[in-house]
Amino acid sequence: MLEIKNLHASVEDKEILKGINLKVNAGEVHAIMGPNGSGKSTLAEVIAGQEEFEVGEGSILLEGEDLGELSPEERAHKGVFLSFQYPVEIPGVSVTNFMKTAINESRKAKGLEDMPANEMLKKIREKSEMLEIDRKFLSRSLNEGFSGGEKKRNEIFQMAMMEPKLAILDETDSGLDIDALRIVANGVNKLRGKDNAIIVITHYQRLLEYIVPDFVHVLHNGKIVKSGTKELALELEEKGYDWLKEDAVV
Amino acid sequence: MDLKEKLVSSFFAFEDGMDLDHPVHEERSHAIKNFEAKGFPTKKEEAWKYTSLKGLQKVDFSIFPKHETSLEYKDVKKYFLHEIDTYKIVFVDGVYSSYLSETTHDGVDVCLMSSAFSKPMYQPIIEVYFNKAASKDESLTSLNTAFCKEGAYIYIPKNKMPKKPIQILHLATGNEAALMLQPRNLIVAEDNAEVQIIERHQSLTGNEVFTNSVTEIFAGKDAIINYYKVQNDESTASLVDNTYISQKDNSVVRVHTFSLGGKLIRNNLNFYQNGERIDSTLKGVTILGDKQHVDHHTLVHHAQPNCESHQDYKGIFGDSSTGVFNGKIIVDKIAQKTDAFQQNNNILLSDRSTINSKPQLEIFADDVKCSHGCTIGQLDEEALFYLRSRGIPKKEAKALLMYAFANNVLESVRIPELKARINKIIANKLGVRMGFDL
Repeated sequence: MLEIKNLHASVEDKEILKGINLKVNAGEVHAIMGPNGSGKSTLAEVIAGQEEFEVGEGSILLEGEDLGELSPEERAHKGVFLSFQYPVEIPGVSVTNFMKTAINESRKAKGLEDMPANEMLKKIREKSEMLEIDRKFLSRSLNEGFSGGEKKRNEIFQMAMMEPKLAILDETDSGLDIDALRIVANGVNKLRGKDNAIIVITHYQRLLEYIVPDFVHVLHNGKIVKSGTKELALELEEKGYDWLKEDAVV
Repeated sequence: MDLKEKLVSSFFAFEDGMDLDHPVHEERSHAIKNFEAKGFPTKKEEAWKYTSLKGLQKVDFSIFPKHETSLEYKDVKKYFLHEIDTYKIVFVDGVYSSYLSETTHDGVDVCLMSSAFSKPMYQPIIEVYFNKAASKDESLTSLNTAFCKEGAYIYIPKNKMPKKPIQILHLATGNEAALMLQPRNLIVAEDNAEVQIIERHQSLTGNEVFTNSVTEIFAGKDAIINYYKVQNDESTASLVDNTYISQKDNSVVRVHTFSLGGKLIRNNLNFYQNGERIDSTLKGVTILGDKQHVDHHTLVHHAQPNCESHQDYKGIFGDSSTGVFNGKIIVDKIAQKTDAFQQNNNILLSDRSTINSKPQLEIFADDVKCSHGCTIGQLDEEALFYLRSRGIPKKEAKALLMYAFANNVLESVRIPELKARINKIIANKLGVRMGFDL
């Protein structure tokens, strides 16, 4: 599904990603953990096509196709989805209208007609029920005045609507209380399938109790310094990151 | 001969065709003297620092159109809000077009200034209201008063409301190489009356047009007036709009100004609160490109206690366009408990576009709430990336953000068809198709 080879990225001449290698197969869930400032969010945004970062060496392949030259929207059309750590507030555009526009623009890019209104409504109802989102919520302005938890739930709602091939969840657990975490994790688990892949970026092991990963990677100082199975997450929870940092120096 | 000289000397010819004994004529005579003394405003005056009329004064404008022109409805239909039934007062090159209009005298008067001036039955109204709100000092208003002859006359008696909204449409055919128009409108809503008005100036060709318009609006006690100005003219059409609004107790007047096209637009929007518990609302959306220029000069004069005013102007400036927002609020000493709010937000889309924004608050009372805010920025890159990451292309994402930016001005438009039309004009301007109306 996704293959990242020796990826380097920098912002204003400061190198943040220093040679990332990562392979994610269809049907897998990968967790990327690491201390603050290790480059986790940068990796997520670079995959999604944030133009603020200068990508130097390396490549990102989605189903064998190089994403390098593609705009964020083209990547979305190919099936990349990023659940933002800090979703942006957009007053004046309702959640429903935003989703209609997003879905129909993606369909247009694929040469499809707009989704019929009744089908759209049905889908919105279905997915919002899955995430226990109140109908009234959908007519509110996108993220405006939403609590941290509401914003994250809304991100997963968008993911459910867009049905991406590759979803990257950037710190989706931050700002969620335990009930919201359960609802969001349930939603994500329902979206797991053999044809898609999920990358979960998190600071804590907590989320991984609900979304159980196949592989866990530790990112430190712009590189993946350790990879393992879900047990690695437990080890990190116990020992912290310092022992890995020392390893990296060696 | 420059434009000022031409206008002053034309006044004598103009006078010839008028009834010199009519009381209005005295106003005209005073006004031409004031204009002659002051001339066109220059950039040396603080109020005209950012807007120059110099270029317009070099154009050889016809002051009285030589041709009489008729237009087919089908050719100008698109400039009407034809989706709904309305009364219409239509002028072609400054001359009333009965063919394109639909006036009424059924309980309310929706007709012409020329009738109001000439027919004795309207004399009492003219005496009470005409030229009572308009400035006698400001030179362009004086110029309009001097040549006042035609325009829309709308009179809504006590407790009345016209059956439908009223459209005032000024069309310029381009049959003159360059044409100057000076419409004069009078709108009176007596106590507890209500009216909705849409005003538009539209040139049909690329020939130069310069409109110097004066509108006086009077709201009686408890009256409600919603006034919409649609400014989406050709790039050779310039407009100076002088609007004077006088409000009595408990009245509500809302003016929305949509400045989406034209060469040079100057809106002088003046509110005078002559009563208590008055609500004045001034909202504007300005979206410009090319070398267009729009200058909003607002004035709200709080002269009595317990009144409110709300100003919200949004501007988006692309290419080499320039904008001005000057919002003046005066709170008299006796106007305690005034609640005056003013906001002006701007987005600059290019390095060459300019906005000059200036709040001007003169507060003489000590128990008031006055707030003002102004922002000038660019489109939020984070928000743009967020939208694009959801598959919305850059151009559409930018348009969506601009829509969102203008939305809270649009949402208070009370005629849904008008709102849809403005949305369409904006979408066309931004070159996108939106899947929904905001």
